[in-house]
Amino acid sequence: MKRGMAPEWLTSYAVAYMIFLYAPVILMPMFAFNDATVIAFPLSGFTTRWLEVLWSSDALHSAVWNSTIVAIVTALASTFLGACAARASARYRFPAQRGIIGFTMLPLVLPEIIVAVALIVMLMQLGMSLSLWTVVAGHVLICTPFSIAILSSAFASLDQSLEEASFDLGESRWGTFRRLTLPLVMPGVISSLLICFTISLDEFIIAFFLTGTDATLPVYIWSQLRFPTKLPSVMALGTVLLVLSIGLLVLAEWFRRRAARRQGLDASSSKGML
Amino acid sequence: MGWGLSREDRQGLTLIGLPFGYALIMLAAPLVMVVTFSFWTQNYLDIDRTLTLENYKAVFSQPIYQTVLWRSLRISLIVTIVTVILAFPIAYYLSFYVKKNKALWLFLITVPFWTSYLLRVFLWKVILGYNGVLNTALLQAGIIDEPLTIILYNANAVVLTLAHAWAPFAILPIFVALEKIDRSLLEAAEDLGDSPFRRFWRVTFPLAIPGVVAATLIVLIPTVGDFITPKLVGGTDGLMVANMIQIQFGKANNAPLGAALAVTSMVFVAIISIGIYFVGRKIGGKVAR
Amino acid sequence: MPKTKPIIELRDVRKSFGTFNALKGINAIIHEGEFFSLLGPSGCGKTTLLRMIAGFEPPTSGEIMIDGKSMDGIAANARPTNMVFQSYAIFPHLDVAGNVGYGLKTKKMPKADINREVDQALAMVDLAGFGDRAAHELSGGQRQRVALARALVMRPKVILLDEPLSALDKKLRDQMQVELRELQKTLGVTFILVTHDQEEALIMSDRIAVMFEGEIAQLASPEELYRRPATRRVASFIGVMNFLDASLDSSNASGVTLTIHALGKVSIPHSAVPKGVNPAQINKVGIRPEMLTLLFDPSDKAENEVKAEVVSSDYYGDMTYYSVLLPMQKDPVTISMRNTAGRSIAASGSPVRVGWGAESVVLFE
Repeated sequence: MKRGMAPEWLTSYAVAYMIFLYAPVILMPMFAFNDATVIAFPLSGFTTRWLEVLWSSDALHSAVWNSTIVAIVTALASTFLGACAARASARYRFPAQRGIIGFTMLPLVLPEIIVAVALIVMLMQLGMSLSLWTVVAGHVLICTPFSIAILSSAFASLDQSLEEASFDLGESRWGTFRRLTLPLVMPGVISSLLICFTISLDEFIIAFFLTGTDATLPVYIWSQLRFPTKLPSVMALGTVLLVLSIGLLVLAEWFRRRAARRQGLDASSSKGML
Repeated sequence: MGWGLSREDRQGLTLIGLPFGYALIMLAAPLVMVVTFSFWTQNYLDIDRTLTLENYKAVFSQPIYQTVLWRSLRISLIVTIVTVILAFPIAYYLSFYVKKNKALWLFLITVPFWTSYLLRVFLWKVILGYNGVLNTALLQAGIIDEPLTIILYNANAVVLTLAHAWAPFAILPIFVALEKIDRSLLEAAEDLGDSPFRRFWRVTFPLAIPGVVAATLIVLIPTVGDFITPKLVGGTDGLMVANMIQIQFGKANNAPLGAALAVTSMVFVAIISIGIYFVGRKIGGKVAR
Repeated sequence: MPKTKPIIELRDVRKSFGTFNALKGINAIIHEGEFFSLLGPSGCGKTTLLRMIAGFEPPTSGEIMIDGKSMDGIAANARPTNMVFQSYAIFPHLDVAGNVGYGLKTKKMPKADINREVDQALAMVDLAGFGDRAAHELSGGQRQRVALARALVMRPKVILLDEPLSALDKKLRDQMQVELRELQKTLGVTFILVTHDQEEALIMSDRIAVMFEGEIAQLASPEELYRRPATRRVASFIGVMNFLDASLDSSNASGVTLTIHALGKVSIPHSAVPKGVNPAQINKVGIRPEMLTLLFDPSDKAENEVKAEVVSSDYYGDMTYYSVLLPMQKDPVTISMRNTAGRSIAASGSPVRVGWGAESVVLFE
């Protein structure tokens, strides 16, 4: 049997599948720069006016600003909590460990609508009003499990004797963290920050349920989808977001590889992405 | 690195206390409240706190809720099966036939999903619409005479859109499981006389089952709760439980009923998920992990 | 051996983990400038003891004194000790100079001084010029030297080594044993080595503490341990020991007379009887394989002789180890013979005469 050569049907399937995956993604920039207000074929010519429309929209600006703040705060808080959990489970043995970690990871397997409903019920009961902070609270809840997953392997691969060696050489606890632990987990930290940022940026359901008067970007997009004339500029917005997200991801991967290479680890491991 | 175990235990507990405490306050407490809430009733803006099974009775007897619940479960199961079946070959291709730069391919597979989910669903609406991309292209090419209507504003559109949306989430776990398979096992099987087809069914597939189970659960659970896709492309036939929940919390002003719907769908999903997990364990089960 | 001042005192040191007693009352004094080894099988507590001296675990009870000061409550980073870890614990994100200079940077030493000290330390371990190598580019032996240099550069009072050579291949290990020994002698720093390899301990150490199950069975020089093991267990752990059935004949003012069933009568002066041994309870004696000789030539003579039969032989190049059946002794004994020029190898099954001397008989508890 020829090893290494895929059967024809499988290769064709792979090609067809990739086309299927990319169909919407290719269409988006196409219609973002299409000189027509209707999203349909045939195409009418190139224009950048939709980008200009976007640029001049105040509502969009404030949505972008809101989303950015929410995403940054979420990324920082989730990464911090994730680091605490990852470090605790790597270094210590405490009672009911698996149950506690399992529970913290629970939001991963709950549909977002359940999380949104749960939070809004609680807020209703407490009489608290909705705002961007409630959105942040919800986002941190669903992003922390991702952070734990990413940071767990970073902290687990930290050989305990490294920290003991640093201690033995006279370094304090804080010094050991600063000079040894932090540099070694930094790729994971950056990964976690970027992934949490991206998740928060794109998250809709919780934001929709929990926001007060300030809209995040996805909520803004949702409000625009009713209006056919706004659609091309929405396409433009999507394209910008796509380019931004890809840029962030590439950046994250570059950092990870650079840090891994400096430490002589396997820089091309596909596990790094996961 | 502390003085004595008890201090280490304490340090560990303090560290884990932060994220766990957050989850307790932000998740456990709210979930408990949702369950409690589902036993109350709401009259316009007043909430009556006497415990009652009213909401659950409504959920299980009134046809509209029944329909939506069963439809949600049915669609979710179909989406899951379709997505996983479509994802498996590509994961297989990536694991066994791509030699260099697997990470790059994984990256390429995930790129489409860094667009806003909303926009992706909306684009499928655009593609599948009466005057949409697919129809205009097929008309121009002369393959059809009239635009297709079966592809939008019904359950089919929901299945297609979600199969696209969850693709990488299904591909990744299957890929990871396939990567873990020791290639020398397959060489041994070949050496013992198995054809490629038999090798797949006797060696590869059983060992990949944990990945398939993971993919199934990763797709099934969020799908049941999906809100956007049914709303945009589902039409009236495609309305799912999440939309119904949102209506209860919104215009219908019946949050307790919404809570009851949420709890009910969660229980169903949990039962199905546990079932899938155990079936998966049995089939793939004797593999030492 | 000139006795210098004690650098480490262990006073009734005990350690338990839950219900498990890892160390059951360790008492020992280690002298300054000594190469001291903790030797024993895995699980005997030697690494636990080393880590307690380093400060990574506190004793459950008892006291550890370093240079006259009690270490109670003093954390690992404040102790005048430095450790070479079994896994070497080389910091992967720093180069060799960064690793070796790590502790000096903590002390806030000026950069020029750090560089000078680091170069000196690297030269000491034969790694001059390796300063800018990355950690992952080092071989196992090189990592071990970097770990050593990193500890040496701190100029501690005591260097602790946790099975530093166990991960190296045999040739490298043999070479490092000699180098470590010479380095220690040159520097005059106290070394405490943990190992399960008795050959290693014998080669490198001034004194060895043999440990079994959390207790020190015997603390003595290598020669003392080999020639006069205190207990049966120490005897069989260090080298190979033949155990022969024996019984007491008589005991008088000058010594004891024993009958070794396989070899005959032997008289042993009281000075050669270890303190804890009750002559009436002696039922076994020991004799090392090299203390028994196969007499090939009719003209070969020994202090005592007995007729025996060769069961089998193992050829090791420079030595041959024979399995020989002695009269009245159920299990065959091991006899080692050097393969000198002209000496043939006795065939299995052939009768042979075995020579032995009274002085080589060992008594133990």
